[in-house]
Amino acid sequence: MRQLFDRDTWNEIFQSIRKNKLRTFLTMLGVFIGIYIYIGLSGASKGLDNGFEREFESIARNSMFIFSSSTSKPYAGFKTGRQIQLKLSDVDVLRQQVPEIMAIAPRNVKGIFGSEPGVVKRGVKSGNYSVFGDFPEFTKIATKKIYDGGRFINDADIAKERKVCVIGERTQKELFDQDEEPIGSYIAIEDVSFQVVGVHKFAGGGPFDNDSDIFIPFTTFKKLYNTGDNVSWFTIAAYDDADVIQAEKDIKATLRRIHKVDPTDEKAIGGFNLGEVFKKIFGFSNGLTFLSLIVGIATILAGVIGIGNILLISVKERTKELGVRRALGATPSEVRNQIIIEALVLTLLAGVIGIICGAATLSALGAAFGNGDFPYANPTVPIPYVLMSLFLMVTLGILIGLIPAQRAVSIRPIDALREE
Amino acid sequence: MIEIKNLHKSYKMGSNSLHVLKGINFSVEEGELVAIMGSSGSGKSTLLNILGMLDELDEGSYTLDGVPIKNLNETKAANYRNKFLGFVFQSFNLINYKNAMENVALPLYYQKVGRKERQEKALKYLDQVGLKEWATHLPSELSGGQKQRVAIARAMAAEPKVLLADEPTGALDSKTSYEVMDLIQKINDQGNTILIVTHEPDIANMCKRIVHLKDGIIIEDKKIEQIRAAQYVQ
Repeated sequence: MRQLFDRDTWNEIFQSIRKNKLRTFLTMLGVFIGIYIYIGLSGASKGLDNGFEREFESIARNSMFIFSSSTSKPYAGFKTGRQIQLKLSDVDVLRQQVPEIMAIAPRNVKGIFGSEPGVVKRGVKSGNYSVFGDFPEFTKIATKKIYDGGRFINDADIAKERKVCVIGERTQKELFDQDEEPIGSYIAIEDVSFQVVGVHKFAGGGPFDNDSDIFIPFTTFKKLYNTGDNVSWFTIAAYDDADVIQAEKDIKATLRRIHKVDPTDEKAIGGFNLGEVFKKIFGFSNGLTFLSLIVGIATILAGVIGIGNILLISVKERTKELGVRRALGATPSEVRNQIIIEALVLTLLAGVIGIICGAATLSALGAAFGNGDFPYANPTVPIPYVLMSLFLMVTLGILIGLIPAQRAVSIRPIDALREE
Repeated sequence: MIEIKNLHKSYKMGSNSLHVLKGINFSVEEGELVAIMGSSGSGKSTLLNILGMLDELDEGSYTLDGVPIKNLNETKAANYRNKFLGFVFQSFNLINYKNAMENVALPLYYQKVGRKERQEKALKYLDQVGLKEWATHLPSELSGGQKQRVAIARAMAAEPKVLLADEPTGALDSKTSYEVMDLIQKINDQGNTILIVTHEPDIANMCKRIVHLKDGIIIEDKKIEQIRAAQYVQ
């Protein structure tokens, strides 16, 4: 122990390391690459993880879309191929029957699913945009970032069937001049005048979202397009701790009951479960993290074995020197410790450089991809992981150092001195 | 200082046993300068190795400065070597990546002498062998004679009871050999006990006593009139 804290020990070690720079460099390369790969990979997988999270931050993790189609089985006197229409009244039943539901937003749309988009005009400018009929509850599931000074549709809009709308970034660009304030001004949707109350910033989340979408109150939509109580689809969010897959099953079963569909008819009520997709994505990135752990450890191991190997050669080369040291009074334990500490220093030095380079690479990658379309953000490696890998290197370094150290000690000084 | 009684040593070579030392009785007083002579295979190096605790004896006893040397493990042997003995080798055996001063300071390092004191002592002994100006030079920058003088300084730095030199002039030309012998004689003049293994009669004649070994026994042990090496050195 005294040896470990003695400045002279370190001098001795650095002298013998410096003696052969190329060999020292090559020795350290193995461990360096190992830790570099480990840090790089696990940081990158964390970056992907964060990236996906950022990509979908605007929509609730355990949300789903439920829509209807035509039946594929005859049931209760109805024949196959009957078109099922979701109704506004389904909402109350679903709320009652499926307690997992945190929020449910019935939605209607013009412009997707084969329907004609709404014709929107403002002065001489005009365009075709998707028009959604929405409830305020929708924002509990998918947050809409509204620019300063604006708002989303509220309960009063619904109750009073107000002719107000929230337009998209692109809609604003196309219908308004650059310095014009859109909020408070009017646009015409299907020749009906609507007041703009907000502009939403586009954040991809749902599968059909667009930066030109126009949102109007559900009740106004109903009157504008004469859709009655019909609902195109439900966007539903389950509670955070609920089982999304089970919730989806319950919701579908309930809807089948309401609309008199065969309970085994999978086609009539369709669904797209985002929660399930998220689970898969995060499962993938967990797998990647695990993989990087395995690859990293294996490479570190290979690197440390390389260090042991080189030190064995070094001990062989230095047999004579070690013999001289022994003749001058070095005890076997002093010789052994010196070589173990040498192994340790090489391992740690390579490891720390590897960690630093890995971190630098990660921050470079983060800067390059962090703000693009690629789902990659803020790549980090948790400190405990770094500490664990350092600990692993120290342990392995000492263990592997024992082999050449034992060999150095096992050579008798007289034999060492005789060797020419 | 050194007391050896009935010393036997044999080496096993496969199934054969080679009896190298066959009952050596030998003692050295403090301040002596002894040459151990003999042709190769006479056992002189084996004797020196046993004296240097680099090898163990099979039979007999060895006492060094009143301490019986027996049942040594490696750690104990290392400590005794460090405390009692200084080594000078034929091939100098300097550590090639350490400069002259660091080489001289090495036994002091193993004596756990503090860094500053170590450097002072190393410089003092380098000065004694006339190489103070070469303190920061690496062995590769020194001539053979200079290397051996550094090696002698290193052996002396630990202030040993006995200096053991194994063919110290074996790798040097005669002029340099005399310079080294001159140095050894001066160290001996200060009262240090020195044993030199050599097969060169002129080197042996510069000692005060010659012990002649042949086939593992001492055939001759005589005190001689020392020839001073200084007269050959300009």
